[in-house]
Amino acid sequence: MLTEQLLSIGVNHFLTISVILFGLGMFAVMTRKNAIVILMGVELILNAANINFLTFSKYNGGMEGVMFSLFVIVLAAAEAAVALAIVINIFKTFKTVDVSSVDTMKE
Amino acid sequence: MNQLTIAIIFYIFAAVTVLSAAFVVFSKNVIYSAFSLLFTFFGVAALYVFLSADFIAVTQVVVYVGGILVLLLFGVMFTNTIMQTELKADVLHMAPGILVTLLLIGGMLFTFYTTGSWMPGEMQLNGSVVESIGLETMSRYMLPFEMVSIVLLVALIGAAFLARYDKANKK
Repeated sequence: MLTEQLLSIGVNHFLTISVILFGLGMFAVMTRKNAIVILMGVELILNAANINFLTFSKYNGGMEGVMFSLFVIVLAAAEAAVALAIVINIFKTFKTVDVSSVDTMKE
Repeated sequence: MNQLTIAIIFYIFAAVTVLSAAFVVFSKNVIYSAFSLLFTFFGVAALYVFLSADFIAVTQVVVYVGGILVLLLFGVMFTNTIMQTELKADVLHMAPGILVTLLLIGGMLFTFYTTGSWMPGEMQLNGSVVESIGLETMSRYMLPFEMVSIVLLVALIGAAFLARYDKANKK
């Protein structure tokens, strides 16, 4: 019974990986101080969401999840570009990327 | 390929993905995190192939590994002066963070595994998905496709504007 469940790859396997990736991404966003590592955590969260979309799309037979995951990838690229520009500006202003020491919005 | 081979390959890629993601999060060195993210993205792309979304897998490799990861590495190198050896990233609230993460993962897994079993639809996606993506993009998803292209253009112009070298402020 258990070996059969382990051998036939189904929805639960992909959901488990997705949950672990999401948890690790949340951990990075919550606890890391470096802004770039926080961005990496956000990318992990987006990847976890993509795995969920594709899993339900495959086992439901529709194309909605596949299309949405494409849009998620495009928006992740846009988000990474803008966020890194902001991080570089933060570094220019504060000479650090430690988000806990960035506490003013004006120079 | 029989079921056993497929399961073994799946577990190998799952292990690569999860372990390298854990290394991204727990590594103290930002450069190590960035390079470990490479393996995470490749592992996730392999999982996409298992979900019969081959086009998404190739897009993942091209966009994430070729674009976002290079961008992140440039970010790391821009925000650390080269001679400065301290590429460390401190950790804030370690114990509450681990507690919340474990509760999150445990709670969701408990919900997944105890709330009955999933019922797959009668028509599952099989084989390549490229042709249907083309059809859907040019029919039902025409407007979102155009909108996302404008969003990308605006975001990239905005990023270039934000990150440009400001000569007036430098003096």
